[in-house]
Amino acid sequence: MAKLILSMDGLVLKEIPVSKERMTIGRKPHNDIQIDNLAVSGEHAVIVTILNDSFLEDLGSTNGTLVNGQPIKKHFLQHNDVVELGKYKLKYMNEQAHLNKGAPQDFERTMVLRPGAAPRTEGARPASESQQMRTPGASQPMGVSQPSPALSESQALRAAAAPAAPAAAASQPMGISQQVSMSQPIGASQGVATGRPVQPAAIQILTGANAGRELDLVKPLTTLGKPGVQVAVITRRPQGYFITHVEGATFPVLNGKTLDAQAHALADHDVLELAGVKMEFFLKG
Amino acid sequence: MNLSQALEIATCTDPGMVRSHNEDSVAADASIGVAVLADGMGGYNAGEVASGMATTVLTTELQHLLASGEAPGMNGDGARERAESILRGEIAKANASIFQAAQSEPQYAGMGTTLVVALFYDNRVTIAHIGDSRVYRLRGDDLTQITKDHSLLQEQIDSGMITPEQARFSQNKNLVTRALGIDPTVDPEIREYETRPGDLWLLCSDGLNDMVTDEDIGMTLAALSSNLKLAAQQLVQMANDNGGRDNVSVVLVRVVRDYAAPRGLLARLFGWLKH
Repeated sequence: MAKLILSMDGLVLKEIPVSKERMTIGRKPHNDIQIDNLAVSGEHAVIVTILNDSFLEDLGSTNGTLVNGQPIKKHFLQHNDVVELGKYKLKYMNEQAHLNKGAPQDFERTMVLRPGAAPRTEGARPASESQQMRTPGASQPMGVSQPSPALSESQALRAAAAPAAPAAAASQPMGISQQVSMSQPIGASQGVATGRPVQPAAIQILTGANAGRELDLVKPLTTLGKPGVQVAVITRRPQGYFITHVEGATFPVLNGKTLDAQAHALADHDVLELAGVKMEFFLKG
Repeated sequence: MNLSQALEIATCTDPGMVRSHNEDSVAADASIGVAVLADGMGGYNAGEVASGMATTVLTTELQHLLASGEAPGMNGDGARERAESILRGEIAKANASIFQAAQSEPQYAGMGTTLVVALFYDNRVTIAHIGDSRVYRLRGDDLTQITKDHSLLQEQIDSGMITPEQARFSQNKNLVTRALGIDPTVDPEIREYETRPGDLWLLCSDGLNDMVTDEDIGMTLAALSSNLKLAAQQLVQMANDNGGRDNVSVVLVRVVRDYAAPRGLLARLFGWLKH
């Protein structure tokens, strides 16, 4: 379960588990998180949580809400985000994100979400709370594409495909969040689009009309040659650069040796010959 | 009508870098124009059993039906209804088999699978899907996502709660709202599309599209379209290079040429007169 750490001037005041779908923050006492300070509005902001994802929304507060120093109206909270309301800070910690990195295989199983049917045991909530699964600012019920009668039950979303822990998941509506998870944000694990720590490299054309031209290998894959005649591809991988034959009757020649259909690793200053053109592969930087 | 001259198909499936076994399953038969992909779920080996049953039941049943000539009328105006009813029927059969196995064998309890099926005929394709396995189409350099996931995340996107950009960071991935074999009945989403020579149709499990951006998928397909097998392997390799956190499977179908179904003499005459 995610939690919030309330602090002021670097002094930790309180640790608050994100235990409800909807947690209000404000100066007035009826808020789930009350911050009794005049810089905080009566109803300042709300955190809506759906399974493992939490969303922060400013409720039109007088002094606004900052996340990591930026003013926000609505924000999808990420692990370690710092929410500021006046002089107070709320740090959002999502343990799930942490735990998960250690044992991804147990957390990434695809599961089926079905409304209804699940027993409502200790986690049974007042029906009115099912309203709180609603999207802030949207009138559609969240998460479940069933008409509203099923909605109150939708709290108890159940995992149909977790034979390992079906009982646990069923008896504990939020138990599903233990099973389900989160893959690492695609941007983080995915160097392909953004540039992973692979040394930059380039191809320099040695012969033919384009002799002297240089081609930086910035994309995950770069094709070389003449379509319909002979084409090869250089792929940029975490382990380095590889050349593979794509089409044509002739295979690429690497340092005087003809390659087969398999991928071959490229080393600095390797000389390639493709469709009658010689070129050199070299690492940069 | 034998479509093996009109369609070229390559498949690739891999357990990925993290999982010990592969719960994905793929099958294809170019001669009858069928491609199937399933991503199973359930404990121990139940996921593999569910996805394996789905692809086997569908391909063998469709082979039986289409090769034996029991499915006439796959041309003209009635073809769409015909294809849809065939797929609906066969998916119901696969659903019943998996559901029954799950009911009768304790070790299979709760198993299920996603499913995508593409049935090609008469310059068209009918696609049925359940869950978060996808179909994309590359036409020219444009990659288009054809199916819409049946998942919690997709519903959050649809309701405007979360943007597609934010969805990448969601921790609620892998929650599907429909699956094959978990209930006595299932509701597949079925649609028909026209195909063009040169089209590349991609069926994939979420192990691909969770690990590789659509942009990179499109670029890879466009760059390697002349070597389908290599393109399929390259996509799997990219998913693995990016972490390979799930099983990853792809089926690629290239429309090599026109495959209009032969029509009756009268229809051909009308067609000729219209030109």
